Amino acid sequence: MKPLDPRLVRTARAVRVHLAVTVLCGTAATGLVLAQAGLLAHTIAGATAGAGAAELSGAIAGVAAVALARALLSYGAETAALRSAARAKSELRTRLVDHVTGQGPGADGAASRPSPGAAPGDHDPGPVWLSGQTGPDGTGTPRAGELVTLATRGLDALDDYFARYLPQLVLAVLVPLSVLVVVAGADWISAAVIAVTLPLIPVFMALVGWHTQARTQRQWRLLNRLGGHFLDVVEGLPTLAVFRRAKAQAAIIRRVTEEHRRATMGTLRVAFLSALVLELLSTIAVALVAVEVGLRLMYGQLDYETALLVLILAPEAYLPLREVGARFHASMEGVAAAEQVFAELDRGGPAGARPAAGATAEPVPGTRERAPLLRLADVSLRYPGRSADALSGVSLTVPPGRRILVTGPSGSGKSSLLALLLRFAAPTSGAVLVSDPDRPGEVPLERLAVAEWRSRIAWVPQHPYLFDASVADNIRLGAPDADLAAVRRAAVLAEADGFVGALPQGYDTRIGERGARLSAGQRQRVALARAFLRDAPIVLLDEPTAHLDPDNAAAVRRAVTRLLAGRTALVVAHDRGWSDVVDETVRLTAGRIETDEARAGARTGGAEAAP
Amino acid sequence: MTRPGRTAPAKPRPPAPARREPLLRMIALARPRGARFALGVLLGAAATGAGVALLGVAAWLLATAAQHPPITALSVAVVATRALGVTRGVTRYLERLVTHDAAFRTLADVRVRVYQRLASTEPVRRFRSGDLVSRLVSDTDATQDLLVRGLTPPLVAVVTGGAAVAVCTALLAPGGLLLAAGLLLAGLAVPLAAAVLGRGPGRRQAVARGELSTALVDTLYGAPDLVAYGAMDRAVQRVRRADAELTRVARRDAGILGFGAGATALITGLTVWGALLLGVAAVAGGTLDAIPFAVLVLTALAAFEIVAPLPPVAARLGAVRASGERLFDVLDTPPAVDEPEHPRELPAGEPHLRVRGLRVRYGPDEEWALDGVDLDVPPGRTVAVLGPSGAGKSTLASVLFRFRDPDAGSVLLGGTDLTDLPVDEARAAVSGVPQDPHVFASTLRENLRLARPGAGDEELWAALRRARLASDVEAMPDSLDTEVGSHGSRLSGGMRQRLALARALLAAPRVLVLDEPTAHLDPDARDAVMADLLAAAAAAEGCSTLLITHDLAGLDRVDHIYVIADGRVVEHGSHAELLARDGWYRAAHTAAG
Repeated sequence: MKPLDPRLVRTARAVRVHLAVTVLCGTAATGLVLAQAGLLAHTIAGATAGAGAAELSGAIAGVAAVALARALLSYGAETAALRSAARAKSELRTRLVDHVTGQGPGADGAASRPSPGAAPGDHDPGPVWLSGQTGPDGTGTPRAGELVTLATRGLDALDDYFARYLPQLVLAVLVPLSVLVVVAGADWISAAVIAVTLPLIPVFMALVGWHTQARTQRQWRLLNRLGGHFLDVVEGLPTLAVFRRAKAQAAIIRRVTEEHRRATMGTLRVAFLSALVLELLSTIAVALVAVEVGLRLMYGQLDYETALLVLILAPEAYLPLREVGARFHASMEGVAAAEQVFAELDRGGPAGARPAAGATAEPVPGTRERAPLLRLADVSLRYPGRSADALSGVSLTVPPGRRILVTGPSGSGKSSLLALLLRFAAPTSGAVLVSDPDRPGEVPLERLAVAEWRSRIAWVPQHPYLFDASVADNIRLGAPDADLAAVRRAAVLAEADGFVGALPQGYDTRIGERGARLSAGQRQRVALARAFLRDAPIVLLDEPTAHLDPDNAAAVRRAVTRLLAGRTALVVAHDRGWSDVVDETVRLTAGRIETDEARAGARTGGAEAAP
Repeated sequence: MTRPGRTAPAKPRPPAPARREPLLRMIALARPRGARFALGVLLGAAATGAGVALLGVAAWLLATAAQHPPITALSVAVVATRALGVTRGVTRYLERLVTHDAAFRTLADVRVRVYQRLASTEPVRRFRSGDLVSRLVSDTDATQDLLVRGLTPPLVAVVTGGAAVAVCTALLAPGGLLLAAGLLLAGLAVPLAAAVLGRGPGRRQAVARGELSTALVDTLYGAPDLVAYGAMDRAVQRVRRADAELTRVARRDAGILGFGAGATALITGLTVWGALLLGVAAVAGGTLDAIPFAVLVLTALAAFEIVAPLPPVAARLGAVRASGERLFDVLDTPPAVDEPEHPRELPAGEPHLRVRGLRVRYGPDEEWALDGVDLDVPPGRTVAVLGPSGAGKSTLASVLFRFRDPDAGSVLLGGTDLTDLPVDEARAAVSGVPQDPHVFASTLRENLRLARPGAGDEELWAALRRARLASDVEAMPDSLDTEVGSHGSRLSGGMRQRLALARALLAAPRVLVLDEPTAHLDPDARDAVMADLLAAAAAAEGCSTLLITHDLAGLDRVDHIYVIADGRVVEHGSHAELLARDGWYRAAHTAAG
């Protein structure tokens, strides 16, 4: 980890401005340190030589002026640093969000309204969720949480880096060098002592640092395990209580915490060595300089003012180094966060899923009222980094208005089928072809304008994501301009009007993060209302009633039956309980469509299971 | 409520400790380790003192040398200077080791106290959310932070600051006073003022950051929904707006946060200036010699190192205090389950579990979570309690697991009230799989042996076979010694549930309670796990089973079903009886297809 990441400087303009301001402030601060030392030495020596307050008033006023100037400089530098930090964080955050959502500056217009000239791949969905893990739970990926933390708390650690670390880093270069020059002009022996000890400090610290790191890494697993034990036990308290082990654990907690203490202290004994070296070298050097200057002063080889100047300046040469050392670890968290952002930016979109740039988008066959004909021709899909196909050799024709139930055990590729149609994923081989039933000519799905294509689809995932907004705005997701009457109509069709009406502010009620105010069944019905309001000719449903209690499942079934009427639909469900509302059932096993005979068997099985 | 062997439920709780300052209470937790902390403070004072004294003694050395005395006059100062040069580094190192060690020892005390309190208070409801648990754990660990960073530096500053002021006062009384004022301002007033000033910006930024965080969560977690519905650009715009607002607030408030740095620099500079002014006047007036004059000014210059660690302490105190408040909130909570004063013994034999008129609520003003529930689990039978979420099912489980006392009514096991048994004895008789059973970050063997510490591998394998997990475990390279990872993350959801079942079977309770054993499983795993659970339960000898579920799957295989809603039993009977009746159960079955 570098103290100053060049990418950080290149990326954020705010960082460059900040660096310039910091160097300026650092130079001024160095000048003030030297001025203060000179003025103090001059005044003390002068007063000792018998000069009165009147003669020294200039120097004394100078000390006051330096004090004021240093205060203003500290205030200004800190304020400027925090302001730059805020801006730099914002720049990094914006780039990160643009990158992971695929909403880069160039994609804005095309995303909402595809123009004929827009490249079909313009709306690159980004890597956050298009990683083959959108799969069964449907809501983002585990990395989403990581990214949120990175963009907020992670980047906040840059405050320390900008406001405390970088200024000290500048001072740690400027002050020792200037002090050395001034001291060398006054007393070369002291300068030699400082010149020899100063470089030893970084050298020793680096040596100790490496040693510590190696040792800590060896102990890391142990420390991590011991450190996590208490959390594990507290989280498992109900389980421990059930098995009457709760009381016995207290002794174990003490023992493990003791082990943790011993292990940590072992690491700390080494880790604190770097601070020991720093303090020892700096204070011993000051002591050596003081004694040396004192003796030369006694023998008359040096005057009092010079001796004082050297004594006052000597500790100043080491102070910034100590500060940098003390702030190194805290600020490196910010640098680590910035590096993570860069790693994320470098990750890039999934190239395979994108057609060649410059290809023209073709108009979507069919209309908003009339579904096109869909044909999957020998489609295989393998997610990057996987060893097996999620779908292999799937062929399926979906004429307009056909409602198909896709069943199969989990992991059989049911959700991947929907992902293909939504263009969340592109076939590894084979093609999804779209055509207008009344006109000849099929167009591969990936050549269509993606936003317009998706506007023909209403998708209800297994775990629909509800936003921290009002119920009405959640229903309006795909139709932001719909009026409240339309929203209500959709909610009535989705069996949601009843419970929404019972909420304190009805359709204006904010439903909390991820719709936390609503039950799973209610969330499902809000998502169905979304689909009704979208009024799209193609409907894709993923496990509409899994995990719901019977009351909610019944309401969702009624709504789904209504939604499927007159539309083309693919319903993914692991059970065959839906067969009475669809025209056809397809069974997927390990990414393949089962043969007709097997399907016939499955149908009979389904009939038997129904009460 | 008349329960033999128990005093009235309204028996006076031990009075809660007076609401004292949480910071002081946190520090009081360190009292058993007082000697170590005192040693730490002494070492710290020696280190800081050595740094200040080094410059003071050096000033004396120079001022004396300037008068060209014989070399012997300087010898003591020369030795002292060199000694001080070594002292500071060594004592600082020792101080850090001693205080960290003491803080860790205190942490062990505090963790045990927090844990014991949690174990005796209701372990489920209040701390169910994972966020709350991890916050509680970090609150506990905040004690360590307070002791290392918040206790020693101020004490060291008081000791060394006092010494520096005393020396300066001896040299020149007004100079000493000036230094005292300067140190108090820079070490106390400015950090506190900065902390208070920082609260406004902190609050404003927290609000803005919260908005940003919510917008980000919605955008990233909801990405598939947003993209599918063509709403991603709007979501990103919302993130941009939130980000712009946060940046605006942070930039506007930067000036307030810069106050501390500026004020400290000003006070330091002005104190040195004042010392210089006073000293020059005193020297000119003949009341101060040249040597003490130099010592005075340079000591004043060096003395501000004493208060340098304090501003970060003050800035953190608010957060640490909040941690302390939450921590003592837990430590002051009275137990939710009382041990009986005159415990009874459970008679031998296969007991019949009878719940009669059970009522529970979570506060005097809240609705009844269970409102007069009667149910029976005869010996050897499998009984299911079915109901929608919020019906009171988990409350029933927590009463049966003895996580809380009933407010009215009784749970009788073979005629003995569960609350008349020692808590652990009740849990030996009624046990099973709690909701979201925890899998500990350890080996499979350790996770299993939780339920029966002395169990040999044969018993473990037998339990695994009954839970249909044995073949999976055999396939693992380390078999029973497989590390399952934090929360059992290296196991699938179905395997975790089977592990929990195997554990419950090992405990061999007389009544096996399974609370939502198939929650969070995907539909295939759910049906398989449920089938195996019911088979294992039916095969368990001398054991009756109570299955609590919201799911109709497998209910045709249980002996009796109670349907509860809003805390009451709305209907009960066998699967066939309930299907024949025009009630909730039949409606639910019809709806599920």
